[in-house]
This record gives sequence, C-alpha cells and structure tokens, in this order.
Amino acid sequence: MEKLIADLKKQIVEALNLKHLKPEDIGDDEPLFVEGLGLDSIDALELIVLLQQQYNIKISNPQEGPKIFKSVKTIAAYITAHQTA
Amino acid sequence: MMGYKISGYCVIRNFSIWVNHERCIQSSTTSLEEFLVAAYTQINMNYPRYYKMDSLSKVGILAAELLWRDAKIIRPDSPESIAVILSNAHASLDTDVRYWESAKKQASPALFVYTLPNIVTGEICIRHNLKGENAFFIAERFDPVLLSDYAGMVLDQPGTKLCMGGWLDVMNDHHDVFLYLMEKSEDGNSAEEIRATLNTIYQLDYGKINS
Repeated sequence: MEKLIADLKKQIVEALNLKHLKPEDIGDDEPLFVEGLGLDSIDALELIVLLQQQYNIKISNPQEGPKIFKSVKTIAAYITAHQTA
Repeated sequence: MMGYKISGYCVIRNFSIWVNHERCIQSSTTSLEEFLVAAYTQINMNYPRYYKMDSLSKVGILAAELLWRDAKIIRPDSPESIAVILSNAHASLDTDVRYWESAKKQASPALFVYTLPNIVTGEICIRHNLKGENAFFIAERFDPVLLSDYAGMVLDQPGTKLCMGGWLDVMNDHHDVFLYLMEKSEDGNSAEEIRATLNTIYQLDYGKINS
C-alpha cells in the first residue's frame, strides 16, 4: 500500500500538472477537492483517466467518485480492492 | 471633447517581455513552454492554476498580470465596467492539435477545456475579476482597426469605463502578444489616432529596445 500511495502521488502531480508541488507534499489523508489540494471537476476527470490508463480500473458508478477521490489513501484502497477482486 | 487613450501595454515576443516600452524579462530559451514557466517564476506570481493552463492562457495571464501591476490608472470599482476584447490568428489550434494527439490514446479532459480561443479571456477575467463585455475575434493578422473600433464602441456604451484589448497569438513555439488598456479620456485621441498608435506600438522593433 505504501508504494502504491507513493506512486499515486507522483502520477497525480504529473497528470494534473501540479508543478508547484512535490509528490511528498501531498498528505496520505489530505482532502483532494475543495479544501486541501483544491482540485476541481476537470481534475476529477483526469483522475478517472489516470485510473483507467495506469491501473485499468473503470469507475462504473459515478456516485462513488467523491468517496473514492477523497484522498490519495482512499484512491489506493479502491485500486487495491479492485485489482485483487 | 472625449477621446480614447492607451494607458499601458505589454508585449511578449521572442521569449522576452516588455511592459510600457521597458524590457522586464529576457530569456535565451527557444522553448515556449520553458519560457512561460521561467517568466511565471521570475515575476513572483502565486497562482498555481497557471500550471494547468494551455500556452495561450499562460501568455494572456502573464501579460495581464504585468499590465495591471504597472498600470498608471485608477481601476474602476465595478468589475462590470471593464471589458476584454481580444483577437488572434491561430485561435486555439495549438491546444486543438495537442488534444487531438492525446485522443489517439486517451483524450485529456484538461486539454479539452482549452480547445476554444476565448478560454484565455475567461482565465484573465477570473484572475482579475473582470465582468464587463467581452469578445474574441479570429483574424489573419493584427488588425488595429477591428480592435480599436470594437473597443471604442464598447467604451461608448454607458457602464463601460476601461477595456483590456489585444492580440494573443500562439502556435507551437511561436508567440506574439500585445495586450493593452484603453480608456475614455477628456484629453484623449480620436479613434483614428488610436488605430495609428496601436499599429505603431505593435510594429515596433522590440529587439532594439533595452538590448
């Protein structure tokens, strides 16, 4: 899980063009949207694309989005659950 | 008699930036992407959203930032009284091509949102809280008649006090930016004189200024 979280942070910084941040600046539990990193709806779409491209995971129920993308840790948990399922 | 005057301008060309005839940034790079990041850092801007923008929006944001910082005018209180009238030749083609390339594998939503030329207008308006009339024209080349006449028409409407206007053209590493502030003034010039002024400023050989 730790390596996955570290990889995700690097991929998020790269995919969302967060050039003012280093991957290690992002807290595992830090909120990604509104507060915390302050990501927006376009960033959410990029995160969906990232999951598809890097982990071959498609989010079938958009209602789950806010729960999955709450923090890097919740994304990692979702990936882990869906890759081993 | 009321006329118009150009209250300040910013030019970005050949990887350098001039504000009101003074070169404030010069770079030896030949990559527009590198230049835009270096210039952002150099002017001490703190606007992380900048990194997500396409090149057209970045040049617009940089020019508008420097223009406002150096503007020798009193900004009107009402955001609704400040108009933005822009033009270019390549529309959003630079980003359109990048988006098209990305779509071969996986279309990028972040690129898609910049596949309209007037997005740069929106970015400038968000950054500087401008809510007045806006328009974006596509023209083959810088057209001082189109820009000054339209800005003049907007400024003649009650409620509009200031107009940010200009030419923001980007394609690959090509960049040609001329952004200015135009306002109504008791001691201002005629529309015809403004056209000539805009043309003169645009045509200046900036390579010879402060070199």
